[in-house]
Amino acid sequence: MSYDTIIIGAGLSGLSAGIRLAYFDRKVCVLERHTTIGGLNSFYRLRNRNYDVGLHAVTNYATPGTKTGPLSKLIRQLRLQWDDFQLFPQLQSAIVFGDRSLRFTNDFDFLTQEIKEQFPQQIDNFRRLAKMIDQRDDWSLDPKPLSAREVVSDHISDPLLVDMIFCPLMFYGSPTPHDMDLSQFIIMFKSIFCEGFGRPPGGVRSILKALVRKFKSAGGELHLRAGVRSILIKQNRAVGVVLDDGREIEARNVLSSAGSVETAKLCGHGTNVLPQIEPGEISFLESIFTLDRMPAELGHKQAIVFYNDSSRFRYECPADPVDLRSGIICSPNNFDYDSPLSEGTIRITALANPRHWFQLPEEEYVAQKKSWCDRIAESAVRYVPDFRPHALDEDTFTPRTIKKFTGHVNGCVYGAPQKVVDGKTQLENLFLCGTDQGFLGIVGSMLSGILITNQYLLR
Amino acid sequence: MNAEEIRQVILEILTRIAPDEDLSDLQDDVAFRDQMELDSMDFLDIVMELRKQYRIQIPEDDYQNLTTMNSTVAYLEPVLKDASSPA
Repeated sequence: MSYDTIIIGAGLSGLSAGIRLAYFDRKVCVLERHTTIGGLNSFYRLRNRNYDVGLHAVTNYATPGTKTGPLSKLIRQLRLQWDDFQLFPQLQSAIVFGDRSLRFTNDFDFLTQEIKEQFPQQIDNFRRLAKMIDQRDDWSLDPKPLSAREVVSDHISDPLLVDMIFCPLMFYGSPTPHDMDLSQFIIMFKSIFCEGFGRPPGGVRSILKALVRKFKSAGGELHLRAGVRSILIKQNRAVGVVLDDGREIEARNVLSSAGSVETAKLCGHGTNVLPQIEPGEISFLESIFTLDRMPAELGHKQAIVFYNDSSRFRYECPADPVDLRSGIICSPNNFDYDSPLSEGTIRITALANPRHWFQLPEEEYVAQKKSWCDRIAESAVRYVPDFRPHALDEDTFTPRTIKKFTGHVNGCVYGAPQKVVDGKTQLENLFLCGTDQGFLGIVGSMLSGILITNQYLLR
Repeated sequence: MNAEEIRQVILEILTRIAPDEDLSDLQDDVAFRDQMELDSMDFLDIVMELRKQYRIQIPEDDYQNLTTMNSTVAYLEPVLKDASSPA
Protein backbone atom coordinates (compact mmCIF):
# COMPACT_ATOMS: atom_id res chain seq x y z
CA MET A 1 0.00 0.00 0.00
CA SER A 2 1.56 3.25 -1.09
CA TYR A 3 0.17 6.76 -0.87
CA ASP A 4 1.09 10.27 -1.93
CA THR A 5 0.53 11.43 1.63
CA ILE A 6 -0.23 9.77 4.94
CA ILE A 7 -1.96 12.04 7.42
CA ILE A 8 -1.59 11.16 11.08
CA GLY A 9 -4.70 12.11 13.04
CA ALA A 10 -8.35 12.44 12.00
CA GLY A 11 -8.99 15.69 13.79
CA LEU A 12 -10.07 18.93 12.19
CA SER A 13 -6.66 19.78 10.76
CA GLY A 14 -5.93 16.29 9.45
CA LEU A 15 -9.33 15.93 7.80
CA SER A 16 -9.09 19.39 6.22
CA ALA A 17 -5.66 18.60 4.82
CA GLY A 18 -7.07 15.31 3.58
CA ILE A 19 -9.90 17.02 1.72
CA ARG A 20 -7.52 19.31 -0.14
CA LEU A 21 -5.29 16.41 -1.16
CA ALA A 22 -8.08 14.03 -2.13
CA TYR A 23 -9.94 16.70 -4.07
CA PHE A 24 -6.86 17.33 -6.18
CA ASP A 25 -6.49 13.63 -6.90
CA ARG A 26 -3.71 12.73 -4.52
CA LYS A 27 -3.82 9.26 -3.03
CA VAL A 28 -4.21 10.02 0.66
CA CYS A 29 -5.04 8.16 3.82
CA VAL A 30 -5.83 9.51 7.25
CA LEU A 31 -4.78 7.26 10.13
CA GLU A 32 -6.47 7.63 13.50
CA ARG A 33 -5.63 5.66 16.63
CA HIS A 34 -8.95 6.27 18.34
CA THR A 35 -12.26 4.60 17.48
CA THR A 36 -13.66 7.86 16.23
CA ILE A 37 -12.75 11.11 14.52
CA GLY A 38 -12.28 14.55 15.99
CA GLY A 39 -9.13 14.43 18.10
CA LEU A 40 -9.04 17.40 20.47
CA ASN A 41 -12.50 18.34 19.25
CA SER A 42 -14.20 14.99 19.36
CA PHE A 43 -17.57 13.86 20.64
CA TYR A 44 -18.94 10.93 22.59
CA ARG A 45 -22.16 9.44 23.86
CA LEU A 46 -22.88 8.64 27.49
CA ARG A 47 -26.11 7.48 29.12
CA ASN A 48 -28.02 8.33 25.94
CA ARG A 49 -26.69 11.84 25.58
CA ASN A 50 -24.33 13.36 23.06
CA TYR A 51 -21.39 15.32 24.43
CA ASP A 52 -18.78 17.44 22.70
CA VAL A 53 -15.26 17.22 24.06
CA GLY A 54 -13.90 20.56 22.97
CA LEU A 55 -16.55 22.67 21.33
CA HIS A 56 -17.90 25.59 23.25
CA ALA A 57 -18.35 27.76 20.21
CA VAL A 58 -16.90 28.19 16.78
CA THR A 59 -15.05 31.48 16.54
CA ASN A 60 -14.64 33.63 13.42
CA TYR A 61 -18.41 33.67 12.96
CA ALA A 62 -19.59 35.19 9.68
CA THR A 63 -23.04 35.22 8.12
CA PRO A 64 -23.49 32.85 5.17
CA GLY A 65 -22.47 34.46 1.90
CA THR A 66 -19.71 36.53 3.46
CA LYS A 67 -16.86 36.67 0.98
CA THR A 68 -13.96 37.52 3.26
CA GLY A 69 -12.52 36.25 6.50
CA PRO A 70 -11.23 32.90 7.72
CA LEU A 71 -14.55 31.06 7.80
CA SER A 72 -15.39 32.01 4.21
CA LYS A 73 -11.87 31.07 3.17
CA LEU A 74 -12.00 27.64 4.66
CA ILE A 75 -15.46 26.88 3.27
CA ARG A 76 -14.21 27.80 -0.20
CA GLN A 77 -10.98 25.88 0.13
CA LEU A 78 -12.77 22.74 1.29
CA ARG A 79 -15.42 23.12 -1.44
CA LEU A 80 -18.12 23.02 1.26
CA GLN A 81 -21.30 25.04 1.64
CA TRP A 82 -22.22 27.36 4.48
CA ASP A 83 -25.04 24.93 5.23
CA ASP A 84 -22.57 22.18 5.97
CA PHE A 85 -21.58 23.95 9.16
CA GLN A 86 -25.04 25.15 10.24
CA LEU A 87 -23.68 27.90 12.45
CA PHE A 88 -26.01 30.08 14.45
CA PRO A 89 -24.65 33.23 16.09
CA GLN A 90 -24.32 33.76 19.82
CA LEU A 91 -26.69 35.98 21.74
CA GLN A 92 -24.16 37.63 24.01
CA SER A 93 -21.10 36.79 26.11
CA ALA A 94 -19.32 38.46 28.99
CA ILE A 95 -15.99 38.81 30.77
CA VAL A 96 -16.55 39.12 34.53
CA PHE A 97 -13.75 39.97 36.97
CA GLY A 98 -15.26 40.26 40.43
CA ASP A 99 -17.81 43.03 40.15
CA ARG A 100 -16.47 44.46 36.86
CA SER A 101 -17.82 43.14 33.60
CA LEU A 102 -17.61 43.66 29.87
CA ARG A 103 -20.26 42.20 27.63
CA PHE A 104 -19.66 41.50 23.97
CA THR A 105 -21.53 40.19 20.94
CA ASN A 106 -20.63 39.40 17.35
CA ASP A 107 -20.82 43.13 16.70
CA PHE A 108 -17.49 44.72 17.57
CA ASP A 109 -19.13 48.11 18.07
CA PHE A 110 -21.01 46.66 21.02
CA LEU A 111 -17.74 45.89 22.81
CA THR A 112 -16.33 49.29 21.93
CA GLN A 113 -19.40 50.88 23.46
CA GLU A 114 -19.05 48.76 26.62
CA ILE A 115 -15.46 49.85 27.02
CA LYS A 116 -16.48 53.45 26.55
CA GLU A 117 -18.94 53.05 29.41
CA GLN A 118 -16.89 50.85 31.74
CA PHE A 119 -13.41 52.19 31.06
CA PRO A 120 -13.92 55.71 29.69
CA GLN A 121 -10.26 56.67 30.25
CA GLN A 122 -9.17 53.85 27.97
CA ILE A 123 -11.50 54.20 25.01
CA ASP A 124 -9.03 56.06 22.79
CA ASN A 125 -6.33 53.58 23.73
CA PHE A 126 -8.64 50.71 22.90
CA ARG A 127 -9.43 52.20 19.51
CA ARG A 128 -5.73 52.57 18.77
CA LEU A 129 -5.19 48.95 19.73
CA ALA A 130 -8.08 47.78 17.55
CA LYS A 131 -6.71 49.74 14.60
CA MET A 132 -3.25 48.22 14.98
CA ILE A 133 -4.78 44.76 15.13
CA ASP A 134 -6.93 45.39 12.07
CA GLN A 135 -3.90 46.29 9.99
CA ARG A 136 -1.96 43.11 10.72
CA ASP A 137 -1.88 40.04 8.52
CA ASP A 138 -3.26 37.13 10.51
CA TRP A 139 -2.44 33.76 9.07
CA SER A 140 1.15 34.20 8.09
CA LEU A 141 3.38 31.12 8.15
CA ASP A 142 6.29 33.34 9.02
CA PRO A 143 5.63 35.57 12.02
CA LYS A 144 8.36 36.53 14.44
CA PRO A 145 7.62 35.88 18.12
CA LEU A 146 6.69 39.00 20.09
CA SER A 147 5.10 39.50 23.49
CA ALA A 148 1.45 40.39 23.11
CA ARG A 149 1.30 41.62 26.70
CA GLU A 150 4.01 44.19 26.04
CA VAL A 151 2.34 45.47 22.90
CA VAL A 152 -1.13 45.59 24.48
CA SER A 153 0.26 47.33 27.56
CA ASP A 154 1.82 49.92 25.26
CA HIS A 155 -1.69 50.82 24.21
CA ILE A 156 -3.87 50.19 27.29
CA SER A 157 -2.71 51.64 30.57
CA ASP A 158 -5.25 50.02 32.92
CA PRO A 159 -3.93 46.56 33.92
CA LEU A 160 -7.46 45.36 34.75
CA LEU A 161 -8.61 46.07 31.20
CA VAL A 162 -5.49 44.40 29.80
CA ASP A 163 -6.25 41.25 31.79
CA MET A 164 -9.94 41.33 30.87
CA ILE A 165 -9.05 41.51 27.19
CA PHE A 166 -6.54 38.70 27.50
CA CYS A 167 -8.86 36.43 29.48
CA PRO A 168 -11.09 35.01 26.70
CA LEU A 169 -8.21 34.98 24.22
CA MET A 170 -6.04 32.93 26.50
CA PHE A 171 -8.80 30.58 27.58
CA TYR A 172 -9.65 29.91 23.94
CA GLY A 173 -6.21 29.66 22.51
CA SER A 174 -3.06 30.18 24.55
CA PRO A 175 -0.62 27.36 25.11
CA THR A 176 1.62 29.65 27.17
CA PRO A 177 1.08 30.91 30.69
CA HIS A 178 0.76 34.65 31.38
CA ASP A 179 1.39 35.95 27.87
CA MET A 180 0.76 35.11 24.23
CA ASP A 181 2.67 35.48 21.03
CA LEU A 182 1.49 38.69 19.35
CA SER A 183 0.43 36.99 16.12
CA GLN A 184 -1.62 34.45 18.06
CA PHE A 185 -3.14 37.29 20.11
CA ILE A 186 -4.16 39.05 16.91
CA ILE A 187 -5.70 35.91 15.45
CA MET A 188 -7.68 35.32 18.66
CA PHE A 189 -8.71 38.98 19.07
CA LYS A 190 -10.17 39.04 15.57
CA SER A 191 -11.71 35.59 15.92
CA ILE A 192 -13.48 36.32 19.18
CA PHE A 193 -14.08 40.06 19.40
CA CYS A 194 -14.25 41.19 15.79
CA GLU A 195 -15.95 38.19 14.23
CA GLY A 196 -17.52 36.34 17.14
CA PHE A 197 -19.09 33.05 18.14
CA GLY A 198 -21.39 30.64 16.40
CA ARG A 199 -22.49 27.10 17.09
CA PRO A 200 -24.14 24.29 15.16
CA PRO A 201 -27.20 22.85 16.97
CA GLY A 202 -25.74 19.38 16.57
CA GLY A 203 -22.39 20.37 18.05
CA VAL A 204 -19.02 19.53 16.58
CA ARG A 205 -20.32 16.23 15.26
CA SER A 206 -22.05 18.01 12.38
CA ILE A 207 -18.85 19.78 11.36
CA LEU A 208 -16.79 16.61 11.56
CA LYS A 209 -19.34 14.62 9.59
CA ALA A 210 -19.34 17.24 6.84
CA LEU A 211 -15.56 16.98 6.65
CA VAL A 212 -15.53 13.18 6.54
CA ARG A 213 -18.26 13.11 3.90
CA LYS A 214 -16.29 15.47 1.71
CA PHE A 215 -13.05 13.63 2.29
CA LYS A 216 -14.46 10.25 1.39
CA SER A 217 -16.43 11.45 -1.61
CA ALA A 218 -13.23 13.00 -2.94
CA GLY A 219 -11.59 9.59 -2.74
CA GLY A 220 -9.74 9.86 0.57
CA GLU A 221 -9.28 6.85 2.83
CA LEU A 222 -9.96 7.04 6.55
CA HIS A 223 -8.69 4.32 8.88
CA LEU A 224 -9.82 4.30 12.48
CA ARG A 225 -8.25 2.13 15.17
CA ALA A 226 -5.08 2.56 13.12
CA GLY A 227 -2.62 4.17 15.49
CA VAL A 228 0.81 5.04 14.21
CA ARG A 229 3.59 3.53 16.28
CA SER A 230 6.45 5.09 14.35
CA ILE A 231 7.41 7.03 11.25
CA LEU A 232 9.80 5.15 8.96
CA ILE A 233 12.82 7.16 7.97
CA LYS A 234 15.39 6.27 5.33
CA GLN A 235 18.18 8.54 4.22
CA ASN A 236 16.66 11.55 5.86
CA ARG A 237 13.26 11.12 4.29
CA ALA A 238 10.02 9.82 5.72
CA VAL A 239 9.09 6.77 3.66
CA GLY A 240 6.00 5.71 5.54
CA VAL A 241 4.72 4.62 8.92
CA VAL A 242 4.42 1.54 11.08
CA LEU A 243 1.05 0.98 12.73
CA ASP A 244 0.48 -0.29 16.26
CA ASP A 245 -0.34 -3.69 14.80
CA GLY A 246 2.98 -3.82 12.93
CA ARG A 247 1.67 -3.15 9.43
CA GLU A 248 3.79 -0.83 7.33
CA ILE A 249 2.31 1.75 5.02
CA GLU A 250 4.41 3.59 2.45
CA ALA A 251 3.99 7.16 1.35
CA ARG A 252 5.84 9.90 -0.44
CA ASN A 253 4.96 12.42 2.26
CA VAL A 254 3.80 12.36 5.86
CA LEU A 255 1.71 15.07 7.48
CA SER A 256 1.29 14.78 11.23
CA SER A 257 -1.34 16.47 13.36
CA ALA A 258 -0.32 14.49 16.43
CA GLY A 259 1.65 17.34 17.95
CA SER A 260 5.33 18.31 17.78
CA VAL A 261 6.60 16.40 20.83
CA GLU A 262 4.39 13.47 19.88
CA THR A 263 5.63 13.47 16.27
CA ALA A 264 9.25 13.67 17.36
CA LYS A 265 8.61 10.55 19.46
CA LEU A 266 7.21 8.76 16.44
CA CYS A 267 10.48 9.43 14.65
CA GLY A 268 12.41 7.72 17.41
CA HIS A 269 15.09 8.77 19.85
CA GLY A 270 18.36 9.80 18.35
CA THR A 271 16.74 11.60 15.46
CA ASN A 272 16.51 15.36 15.63
CA VAL A 273 13.57 15.77 13.37
CA LEU A 274 12.33 18.67 15.41
CA PRO A 275 14.12 21.03 17.77
CA GLN A 276 13.86 20.16 21.43
CA ILE A 277 10.38 21.38 22.27
CA GLU A 278 9.08 21.50 25.80
CA PRO A 279 5.61 20.05 26.16
CA GLY A 280 2.86 22.41 27.23
CA GLU A 281 1.41 22.70 30.71
CA ILE A 282 -1.93 24.29 30.09
CA SER A 283 -4.79 21.89 30.53
CA PHE A 284 -8.34 21.96 31.79
CA LEU A 285 -11.00 20.16 33.75
CA GLU A 286 -14.49 20.47 32.40
CA SER A 287 -17.87 19.47 33.81
CA ILE A 288 -20.91 19.30 31.59
CA PHE A 289 -24.29 19.52 33.35
CA THR A 290 -27.54 18.54 31.68
CA LEU A 291 -30.43 20.51 33.15
CA ASP A 292 -34.14 19.94 33.48
CA ARG A 293 -34.84 23.29 31.84
CA MET A 294 -33.24 25.85 29.55
CA PRO A 295 -30.60 28.12 31.13
CA ALA A 296 -32.66 31.11 29.95
CA GLU A 297 -35.49 29.96 32.22
CA LEU A 298 -33.10 30.39 35.13
CA GLY A 299 -32.31 33.90 33.94
CA HIS A 300 -29.06 33.00 32.22
CA LYS A 301 -28.96 34.19 28.63
CA GLN A 302 -25.29 34.50 27.87
CA ALA A 303 -23.51 32.05 25.61
CA ILE A 304 -20.07 32.23 27.24
CA VAL A 305 -19.00 33.83 30.52
CA PHE A 306 -15.29 34.16 31.23
CA TYR A 307 -14.88 34.74 34.94
CA ASN A 308 -12.08 35.63 37.30
CA ASP A 309 -12.54 36.42 40.97
CA SER A 310 -9.97 39.19 41.27
CA SER A 311 -8.52 41.99 39.18
CA ARG A 312 -5.40 40.01 38.22
CA PHE A 313 -5.91 37.06 35.90
CA ARG A 314 -3.49 34.17 36.41
CA TYR A 315 -3.44 31.98 33.35
CA GLU A 316 -1.02 29.22 34.28
CA CYS A 317 -0.80 25.61 35.37
CA PRO A 318 -2.30 25.81 38.87
CA ALA A 319 -0.61 24.45 41.97
CA ASP A 320 -3.97 22.98 42.99
CA PRO A 321 -5.59 20.19 41.01
CA VAL A 322 -8.11 22.73 39.66
CA ASP A 323 -7.96 26.51 39.70
CA LEU A 324 -11.14 27.82 41.27
CA ARG A 325 -10.29 31.48 40.77
CA SER A 326 -11.27 31.60 37.13
CA GLY A 327 -13.10 29.67 34.47
CA ILE A 328 -15.50 29.56 31.58
CA ILE A 329 -19.24 28.99 31.76
CA CYS A 330 -20.62 27.92 28.42
CA SER A 331 -24.34 27.55 27.67
CA PRO A 332 -24.74 25.92 24.26
CA ASN A 333 -28.42 26.89 24.34
CA ASN A 334 -27.77 30.61 24.25
CA PHE A 335 -27.31 30.93 20.51
CA ASP A 336 -29.80 32.25 17.99
CA TYR A 337 -31.00 28.86 16.71
CA ASP A 338 -34.08 28.27 14.54
CA SER A 339 -35.49 26.05 17.24
CA PRO A 340 -34.36 25.30 20.80
CA LEU A 341 -32.01 22.46 21.59
CA SER A 342 -33.66 19.41 23.15
CA GLU A 343 -32.09 19.94 26.58
CA GLY A 344 -30.52 22.71 28.63
CA THR A 345 -26.79 22.39 29.22
CA ILE A 346 -24.14 24.26 31.16
CA ARG A 347 -20.43 23.52 30.84
CA ILE A 348 -17.88 24.78 33.32
CA THR A 349 -14.21 24.74 32.46
CA ALA A 350 -11.24 25.58 34.64
CA LEU A 351 -7.46 25.33 34.49
CA ALA A 352 -6.20 22.04 35.88
CA ASN A 353 -2.84 20.59 36.90
CA PRO A 354 -2.10 17.65 34.56
CA ARG A 355 0.45 15.90 36.78
CA HIS A 356 -1.99 15.68 39.64
CA TRP A 357 -4.63 14.04 37.49
CA PHE A 358 -2.27 11.58 35.82
CA GLN A 359 -0.95 10.26 39.11
CA LEU A 360 -4.20 9.28 40.83
CA PRO A 361 -5.12 5.63 41.13
CA GLU A 362 -8.39 4.88 39.36
CA GLU A 363 -10.76 4.89 42.35
CA GLU A 364 -9.30 8.05 43.74
CA TYR A 365 -9.51 9.59 40.26
CA VAL A 366 -13.23 8.96 40.00
CA ALA A 367 -13.83 10.35 43.51
CA GLN A 368 -11.80 13.47 42.83
CA LYS A 369 -13.56 14.14 39.54
CA LYS A 370 -16.80 14.26 41.47
CA SER A 371 -15.50 16.43 44.27
CA TRP A 372 -13.81 18.95 41.98
CA CYS A 373 -16.88 19.05 39.78
CA ASP A 374 -18.88 20.12 42.84
CA ARG A 375 -16.28 22.70 43.70
CA ILE A 376 -16.08 24.34 40.30
CA ALA A 377 -19.87 24.47 40.14
CA GLU A 378 -19.83 26.21 43.50
CA SER A 379 -17.21 28.61 42.21
CA ALA A 380 -19.14 29.31 38.99
CA VAL A 381 -22.50 30.07 40.61
CA ARG A 382 -21.02 33.33 41.84
CA TYR A 383 -21.39 34.46 38.22
CA VAL A 384 -24.46 32.66 36.90
CA PRO A 385 -27.78 31.62 38.43
CA ASP A 386 -27.52 28.47 40.51
CA PHE A 387 -28.28 25.70 38.08
CA ARG A 388 -27.27 22.89 40.47
CA PRO A 389 -30.78 22.01 41.74
CA HIS A 390 -31.74 21.52 38.10
CA ALA A 391 -28.95 19.18 37.05
CA LEU A 392 -30.19 15.84 35.72
CA ASP A 393 -26.80 14.42 34.87
CA GLU A 394 -23.20 15.46 34.54
CA ASP A 395 -19.95 14.28 33.12
CA THR A 396 -16.46 15.51 33.86
CA PHE A 397 -13.28 15.20 31.92
CA THR A 398 -9.77 16.00 32.99
CA PRO A 399 -6.28 16.28 31.49
CA ARG A 400 -6.13 12.51 31.90
CA THR A 401 -9.18 12.02 29.67
CA ILE A 402 -7.72 14.30 27.03
CA LYS A 403 -4.38 12.52 27.04
CA LYS A 404 -6.06 9.13 26.89
CA PHE A 405 -8.16 9.93 23.86
CA THR A 406 -5.89 12.21 21.88
CA GLY A 407 -2.37 11.19 22.81
CA HIS A 408 -1.46 14.83 23.31
CA VAL A 409 1.19 15.03 26.02
CA ASN A 410 -0.01 16.46 29.35
CA GLY A 411 -3.54 16.62 27.95
CA CYS A 412 -2.66 20.07 26.63
CA VAL A 413 -5.45 21.15 24.39
CA TYR A 414 -3.41 24.05 23.06
CA GLY A 415 -0.29 22.02 22.60
CA ALA A 416 3.31 23.03 23.14
CA PRO A 417 4.16 26.69 23.76
CA GLN A 418 6.78 26.78 21.04
CA LYS A 419 4.95 26.46 17.74
CA VAL A 420 6.28 25.21 14.44
CA VAL A 421 4.52 27.86 12.43
CA ASP A 422 6.03 26.98 9.06
CA GLY A 423 5.07 23.34 9.62
CA LYS A 424 8.48 22.07 8.57
CA THR A 425 10.73 19.48 10.19
CA GLN A 426 14.30 18.38 9.51
CA LEU A 427 12.92 15.82 7.08
CA GLU A 428 12.03 17.45 3.78
CA ASN A 429 8.80 15.48 3.41
CA LEU A 430 7.50 15.38 6.99
CA PHE A 431 5.23 18.27 7.98
CA LEU A 432 3.15 19.32 10.96
CA CYS A 433 -0.32 20.76 11.06
CA GLY A 434 -2.84 21.41 13.78
CA THR A 435 -2.38 22.66 17.30
CA ASP A 436 1.43 22.59 17.33
CA GLN A 437 1.75 24.30 13.97
CA GLY A 438 0.03 27.06 15.83
CA PHE A 439 -3.39 27.91 14.45
CA LEU A 440 -5.74 27.01 17.25
CA GLY A 441 -9.42 26.48 17.64
CA ILE A 442 -11.91 24.98 15.29
CA VAL A 443 -11.44 27.41 12.41
CA GLY A 444 -7.73 27.76 13.11
CA SER A 445 -7.03 24.06 12.98
CA MET A 446 -8.93 23.61 9.73
CA LEU A 447 -6.99 26.48 8.20
CA SER A 448 -3.79 24.94 9.49
CA GLY A 449 -4.44 21.72 7.59
CA ILE A 450 -5.37 23.67 4.47
CA LEU A 451 -2.48 26.15 4.50
CA ILE A 452 0.24 23.60 5.22
CA THR A 453 -1.12 21.32 2.49
CA ASN A 454 -1.30 24.19 -0.02
CA GLN A 455 2.21 25.30 0.85
CA TYR A 456 4.03 21.98 0.66
CA LEU A 457 1.91 19.12 -0.61
CA LEU A 458 0.04 20.54 -3.57
CA ARG A 459 2.76 22.31 -5.46
CA MET B 1 -12.44 23.87 -27.32
CA ASN B 2 -13.14 27.28 -28.73
CA ALA B 3 -12.87 30.57 -26.89
CA GLU B 4 -16.49 30.63 -25.77
CA GLU B 5 -16.29 27.10 -24.37
CA ILE B 6 -13.10 27.95 -22.53
CA ARG B 7 -14.79 30.99 -21.07
CA GLN B 8 -17.55 28.72 -19.72
CA VAL B 9 -14.99 26.41 -18.20
CA ILE B 10 -13.34 29.32 -16.39
CA LEU B 11 -16.69 30.60 -15.17
CA GLU B 12 -17.51 27.17 -13.84
CA ILE B 13 -14.18 26.98 -12.03
CA LEU B 14 -14.71 30.44 -10.55
CA THR B 15 -18.14 29.33 -9.35
CA ARG B 16 -16.58 26.36 -7.60
CA ILE B 17 -13.84 28.37 -6.01
CA ALA B 18 -15.92 31.39 -5.01
CA PRO B 19 -19.55 30.26 -4.88
CA ASP B 20 -20.75 33.42 -3.12
CA GLU B 21 -19.68 35.73 -5.91
CA ASP B 22 -22.16 37.03 -8.44
CA LEU B 23 -20.49 36.36 -11.77
CA SER B 24 -23.33 37.48 -14.04
CA ASP B 25 -21.75 40.89 -14.65
CA LEU B 26 -18.17 39.74 -14.92
CA GLN B 27 -16.15 42.09 -17.13
CA ASP B 28 -13.83 40.10 -19.36
CA ASP B 29 -11.21 42.82 -19.67
CA VAL B 30 -11.00 43.72 -15.97
CA ALA B 31 -8.76 41.80 -13.58
CA PHE B 32 -10.58 39.06 -11.64
CA ARG B 33 -9.08 40.40 -8.43
CA ASP B 34 -10.69 43.77 -9.01
CA GLN B 35 -14.16 42.28 -9.39
CA MET B 36 -14.17 39.49 -6.82
CA GLU B 37 -12.60 38.52 -3.53
CA LEU B 38 -9.79 36.40 -4.92
CA ASP B 39 -6.38 36.05 -3.36
CA SER B 40 -3.28 34.09 -4.30
CA MET B 41 -4.69 30.92 -2.69
CA ASP B 42 -7.71 31.17 -4.99
CA PHE B 43 -5.46 31.69 -8.00
CA LEU B 44 -3.57 28.53 -7.21
CA ASP B 45 -6.90 26.78 -7.02
CA ILE B 46 -7.82 27.95 -10.52
CA VAL B 47 -4.56 26.48 -11.79
CA MET B 48 -5.13 23.25 -9.84
CA GLU B 49 -8.73 22.93 -11.06
CA LEU B 50 -7.50 23.19 -14.65
CA ARG B 51 -4.94 20.53 -13.95
CA LYS B 52 -7.53 18.32 -12.28
CA GLN B 53 -10.07 18.62 -15.09
CA TYR B 54 -7.86 18.84 -18.16
CA ARG B 55 -4.53 17.45 -17.04
CA ILE B 56 -2.71 20.61 -18.08
CA GLN B 57 0.21 22.02 -16.13
CA ILE B 58 0.63 25.76 -15.98
CA PRO B 59 4.14 26.86 -15.05
CA GLU B 60 4.35 29.40 -12.26
CA ASP B 61 5.90 31.94 -14.63
CA ASP B 62 2.71 31.87 -16.70
CA TYR B 63 0.36 32.72 -13.81
CA GLN B 64 0.58 36.38 -14.81
CA ASN B 65 -1.43 35.50 -17.92
CA LEU B 66 -4.43 34.62 -15.83
CA THR B 67 -5.35 38.09 -14.63
CA THR B 68 -8.50 38.73 -16.69
CA MET B 69 -11.01 36.50 -18.47
CA ASN B 70 -9.74 37.67 -21.86
CA SER B 71 -6.10 37.02 -21.05
CA THR B 72 -6.93 33.64 -19.47
CA VAL B 73 -8.95 32.49 -22.48
CA ALA B 74 -6.26 33.70 -24.88
CA TYR B 75 -3.60 31.83 -22.89
CA LEU B 76 -5.62 28.61 -22.71
CA GLU B 77 -6.84 28.49 -26.32
CA PRO B 78 -3.75 26.79 -27.75
CA VAL B 79 -3.40 24.56 -24.68
CA LEU B 80 -7.00 23.35 -24.73
CA LYS B 81 -7.71 23.33 -28.47
CA ASP B 82 -7.78 19.56 -28.58
CA ALA B 83 -9.62 19.09 -25.31
CA SER B 84 -13.29 18.30 -25.50
CA SER B 85 -15.78 20.65 -24.00
CA PRO B 86 -17.61 19.48 -20.87
CA ALA B 87 -21.08 18.17 -21.74
